[in-house]
Amino acid sequence: MGLLSFFSKPAPPLTRLPSGCFTMDSAGNVVVATVSSSFPAALVREIGQKVLETFREAQQAQLPLAELVVHYGSLKIVARELRGGALVFLTPATPSPRFQTPAANDL
Amino acid sequence: MPGRMEARHKILLVDDDPDLLTTYSEILGQLPSHPEVHTALNGARGMAMLESHEFRLLITDLKMPKMDGLQMLSIVRRKHPGLRTAVLTALLDEQFRSRVYALGVDLYWQKPGTAHEVKMFCECIESLLDRNAEAGFRGVQSKGLVDIVQIECIAHSSSVLRITNGPLVGHIWINNGDLVDAETDGASGESAFQKILEWRTGSFETLPAEPTRPRTIFKSYNALLLETAQALDEAQGSPQPGQPAGSQPKVNRLAALSQIEGVEFVLVRTGAEPGQVKSLGLENPERFAAWTQRTLDRFRAIGERLQAGSLEQIEALGPQRHVGLAQPHDSALCIGWRAVLSSNEVRERTKKAIALWAS
Repeated sequence: MGLLSFFSKPAPPLTRLPSGCFTMDSAGNVVVATVSSSFPAALVREIGQKVLETFREAQQAQLPLAELVVHYGSLKIVARELRGGALVFLTPATPSPRFQTPAANDL
Repeated sequence: MPGRMEARHKILLVDDDPDLLTTYSEILGQLPSHPEVHTALNGARGMAMLESHEFRLLITDLKMPKMDGLQMLSIVRRKHPGLRTAVLTALLDEQFRSRVYALGVDLYWQKPGTAHEVKMFCECIESLLDRNAEAGFRGVQSKGLVDIVQIECIAHSSSVLRITNGPLVGHIWINNGDLVDAETDGASGESAFQKILEWRTGSFETLPAEPTRPRTIFKSYNALLLETAQALDEAQGSPQPGQPAGSQPKVNRLAALSQIEGVEFVLVRTGAEPGQVKSLGLENPERFAAWTQRTLDRFRAIGERLQAGSLEQIEALGPQRHVGLAQPHDSALCIGWRAVLSSNEVRERTKKAIALWAS
């Protein structure tokens, strides 16, 4: 057992949920982000692009939107429309002292 | 020894530490129900074993190479929703604990360090193996609300039953075995009693009696329970000729949702085909139905990639109207709200509508 343990690779750390905010331009690029650099940038961009797609398709369905709030069991995504782009807040359910999402009516 | 003759529950234990697997196999094998303990050294092997055997309980570590415990649990919750799950980890991190519970895992347990902790862990696992998965009101296993009301009335009790179903709360007043009053969601008396009895699951608590509560229900509990049962049967009864099975109750439920204050329209899509869209208050529901489905699919997929737990609901706020989206029981639900409502009001009322729909 001990010999096997010596050769086995240690398990990689678990990926934490993203916390912070980022801004997307209308072309789907992340302009600025406060999300930890340990969180995959591609995934941040993907979240932003999904938000933009949702805003655009809502507009096409004649449902113009200013804000989108997505609730998961352990994460909340708040996105605000920004002239074709979006400002996106990511808040894990466990409160983080580093970052708090503002209340919906604060901005 | 009648217990030994029954089928033994199977437990699957997944951890990348072989020493730990050996230790916990021995510990779990000594539980009073004598379960069969199987082990796997990684998530992929564990998944394969779940496909080939029927397990009662999965216990997994979180930090493992290749497929970690969170990845494994998010797949398991989708593919084997009836399987009980527990996490046994050395991680002391509140975020992971809340993510694990958000995935629908039954138990999160830090690896025991003392004999007392091992004993408590074993008791929890034994209880998890025995727990009945049937729907019912927490506190009285396998009993429906009708049974609970009957028990109170037959025993000539005086009490107030407080029943909770998600965001919905109802009260039933019983004095000396007589139903005196009921109240929920703006309704009172017999109509409130019927509404509460339509709820399938939830939890209840018994509050101190209120003997001075004014009486609004004058029928006997037996007559009222019978009437309520008949009304429920009619609502779920056979469809009219030429009408697809099950469509009538759905329309009724849509109508119930449209009664919530602030609702502009209600739309539900029960399948992939366009013909399975039903709505109230919309002239062109197909356009909204397509957007609703795509939005829910998109964010459900993102949630799975992030392992952020199930997608509970989405609120979309606009200058003309707000909407709330959710996917209760494989349906796509879209509720339009008046734009004067605040973000919090949209959230709370959408939550309430989801609970009503699911009931």
